[in-house]
Amino acid sequence: MAPDINLVTLFIASIFTSNILLSNFLGMCSFISISKDMKSSNGLGLAVTVVLGFTGIINWLVLHYILIPYGLLYLRYVVFIIVIAATVQVLEMVIDRISPALYMALGIFLPLITVNCAILGVVLFVEIRKYNLMQTLFFSIGSGLGWWLAIMALSAIQKKVQNAPVPAGLKGPGITLITIGFMAMAFIGFSGMVNVQ
Amino acid sequence: MNVIFVAPLIVSGIAAVLAALISILDMIVNNYGIVKIVINKGKKELEVKGGGNLLQLLAGNDIFLPSACGGRGSCGACKCVVKTDIGPLLPTETPYMTKDEIDVNTRLSCQIKVKKDIEIEIPDVLFNVKQLEGVVEKISDITHDIKELYISIGEETIEFEAGMYVQLVVPPYGKIKGETQRAYSMSSPPSDKNHVEILVRLVPGGIATTWVHTELKEGDKVKVIGPFGDFHRMETDATMICIAGGSGMAPFKSIFKDMYERKINNREVWYFFGARTGKDMFFLDELRELEKKWDKFHFVPALSEPEESDNWSGETGLITAVLHKYLKDKISSDTDREGYLCGGPGMIAACKSVLTDNGIPLEKIYFDNFA
Repeated sequence: MAPDINLVTLFIASIFTSNILLSNFLGMCSFISISKDMKSSNGLGLAVTVVLGFTGIINWLVLHYILIPYGLLYLRYVVFIIVIAATVQVLEMVIDRISPALYMALGIFLPLITVNCAILGVVLFVEIRKYNLMQTLFFSIGSGLGWWLAIMALSAIQKKVQNAPVPAGLKGPGITLITIGFMAMAFIGFSGMVNVQ
Repeated sequence: MNVIFVAPLIVSGIAAVLAALISILDMIVNNYGIVKIVINKGKKELEVKGGGNLLQLLAGNDIFLPSACGGRGSCGACKCVVKTDIGPLLPTETPYMTKDEIDVNTRLSCQIKVKKDIEIEIPDVLFNVKQLEGVVEKISDITHDIKELYISIGEETIEFEAGMYVQLVVPPYGKIKGETQRAYSMSSPPSDKNHVEILVRLVPGGIATTWVHTELKEGDKVKVIGPFGDFHRMETDATMICIAGGSGMAPFKSIFKDMYERKINNREVWYFFGARTGKDMFFLDELRELEKKWDKFHFVPALSEPEESDNWSGETGLITAVLHKYLKDKISSDTDREGYLCGGPGMIAACKSVLTDNGIPLEKIYFDNFA
């Protein structure tokens, strides 16, 4: 049975109170490596949101119409990844054709997203929390927007940090991880306000 | 029993459906229709099926940009200037571009897809480049690891300047699945318009050289594309200092034959040829003969590690040392001097520094860069 949460609450919650990045720490690798540059962060955030929206829905359909009826739940990791890879491939071709400008903006990030753990993470949450189709849509897009918000916030903070007198030993990843820690603590302030499960 | 089959069937079914979806979408989405390529401000206009890479589309219409690697993006030779805005430089192109080239939007033609009408600029000489269908007339063993290919191109002709190169097209063979192209300097003189002659030295593991040495036979059909390159004799009175090793002999054989045939006698020519032992040395008799007939031509062969059995009476030592000695003592520095090099990257770098140390400026040292 799907949990009784209304869609707007779920949407807001997935962006802020249970931010996929800052409360679940998913999609960390690209978050840290790309956030140095604001323009790339923006591109990657957009790409994650778009891909999450599509893969969330498709994987929900696969889960409920193929995996569960045939009792193949144990194959979900393999199947979800196959679906994600194919979706990214399709999206890449379509975006390249429809909007070359967007394609260039997303650049190499689109294929990279195939292995972004936030994408698989969201799908697995959908499965564990037993969301229905509409909840899945709002949760996926909300999580994408949350990821986008977090990476933009981090890259903005990084810009400030660049001019700050950081101790030599903490420069680079060190101070980035500390920054993320502070951000996560700030976001923890939201947690408990809304329950997403 | 069923359970065993259901899982693999479902997983492969999902994969198959997705793969089919991608293929179908690829056919629909990547169909760009007919696009126009305008070359050199309308000198030539091509109508081609969009979606392919520029290098191949041009080659399909008999315009051949140089490409030593055959379109893998690893040699950086197939540059052309693109006048239409086709988006920013790709990461695969940047390593091969200088700042000046980026300013005029030079691109690697093998890396860019033609999706709309585009306008490009290529050097005019490339219009002369042809794909020639030839027959191997003769294969001679020049040394233990160098073969000379004499390819007849029948009624076709090839117009080139001595020193230029062709690309030999190697068809798939053995474990090599795709077609490969490799560049070889022509050793035949430009007066022999119906033949292409090249020297191929066996490189262990080399795709093209192995093919020539083990698969190719006299009478076989081969394809060559050319001529390419800007390695040639400069029209000056300066003393020519030519240095080669191994199959680097090829362009010089062509250049000297050409000069001798056309009785160009206004300048001194020194030819240094380095080899390791006697069995790596070749064309000695021909070149000594030429030295006797042509008073301005001086041939200096050198062995770095002569063996007892070689009975070697010529120069010994590394070619750089021999070159240094001659530049100091025998070659007058009163007239201008130009350096011409053909050989491996190591030899070229070493000879360049010997030449510059002896007062020959870098801009007067010419060489082909086959990396």
